Amino acid sequence: MDVDARPLLDVKENPNIAPFRPGDTVRVHFRLREGDRERVQILEGVVIRKRGGALNSTFTIRKISHGVGVELIFPLYSPLLEKVEVVRQGMVRRGRLYYLRNRIGRAARVKERRPTGKTPSQG
Amino acid sequence: MKIGGILGRKLGMTQIFGADGTALPVTVLEALPSTVVQVKSQEKDGYNAVQLGYGFRRRLNKPLQGHMKGLGQFRYLREFPVEDPGQWQVGQKVGCEIFQPGDLVDVVGISKGKGFAGVVKRHGFAGGPKSHGQSDRWRAPGSIGAGTDPGRVIKGLRMAGHMGACQVTAKNLLVVHVDPAKGIMMVKGAVPGHKGSLLKIQFANAADDLKKRRAKASVAGS
Repeated sequence: MDVDARPLLDVKENPNIAPFRPGDTVRVHFRLREGDRERVQILEGVVIRKRGGALNSTFTIRKISHGVGVELIFPLYSPLLEKVEVVRQGMVRRGRLYYLRNRIGRAARVKERRPTGKTPSQG
Repeated sequence: MKIGGILGRKLGMTQIFGADGTALPVTVLEALPSTVVQVKSQEKDGYNAVQLGYGFRRRLNKPLQGHMKGLGQFRYLREFPVEDPGQWQVGQKVGCEIFQPGDLVDVVGISKGKGFAGVVKRHGFAGGPKSHGQSDRWRAPGSIGAGTDPGRVIKGLRMAGHMGACQVTAKNLLVVHVDPAKGIMMVKGAVPGHKGSLLKIQFANAADDLKKRRAKASVAGS
C-alpha cells in the first residue's frame, strides 16, 4: 500500500478533472512533448478501470483507433494531465470492464446512464 | 550545531511527480524532533556525541527512569557524533530541519526478516536445471566442495540459513522533501526495514567522516 502523501505535500485535486467512473466515455487532455515542442493531445475512450493508491492512482481508457483496440493508462495525479471531460456516462455493473476487450463493434457498447444529478465519488 | 544525523521511522513508499511529469519513487520517513538525553564529550567519555531519545515507551525500568528524568519516556536511545559537544544541552530538540532537499543521506535500519532462506534467495545462486532429466534440484546449491581431499567443507561457504533482520545501510539517498512542521521527510528510493521500524538518518558518509576524525584524533593524542 502506498503512503497517502497528498496531505503531506498539499496536493490539490485538479479542478479540470471531472469526476468519472468506469464505463464513462471521457475526453483526456494530456500534455505531450514532441522534440522540443509541447502540445496537448486529446484522446477519447471508455474508462475500463480506475485504480487507487493515492498519488499512484491511475485510470485506463480504451478506444478503437483505426480498427485496432488501444488502451491508455494515465496517472491521475500527473501534472501532464490537463483536463478530463465526461462525454457520456455509462451504466455498467462492474468496476473493471475487461470484458470489452473480447467484444467487437456493436457488442462492445456500454449502456448510457441518464444523469441522475448525483456525482460519483472521486478517488 | 553540527550533528551526524537524527532518528526516524519508516512510513512507507509512494511516488511524487516532477513538473515535467516524471515520477520519482520516494520513501516517506517520520522524523519528529528527537530529544538530547545525554551529551558525551572527549574529556569525559573519550569521544564527542549526543544521545538522542525517540518514540514513546509506557514502562521504563528504574535506571532508565533516572536517565530520562524530566525529559520524557523514550523507546529508543541512539548516539550521533557531534563536532562540539559544548553547543549541546540535555533536553534540546533536534529534528529533520538539519536536512535540506538536495542533501545526500545514509539511512540505517534493520532489514525485513526472511527467515531460513535457501541459497537462491539468500546468495543469488542460479539453482539447478529444470529439465534434461533432472528432478527435485531446482533450487539446490550444487556441489559444496571436493571429495576425500580435503574431506571437509571449507569455512565461509555460502549456504542456506537465516536471512534478513540485520542492520542494513542504504547509502547516498537524495533528500526530496523536508517538512519540520509535520516531522516528515522524503528520500528517493527504498530504505531497509518494515513500516514503522526505527531508522537512523545520517548525512551521507557521516560514519566515514567519524572514522577519519577519530583516526586524526588518535594520531594527535599519541
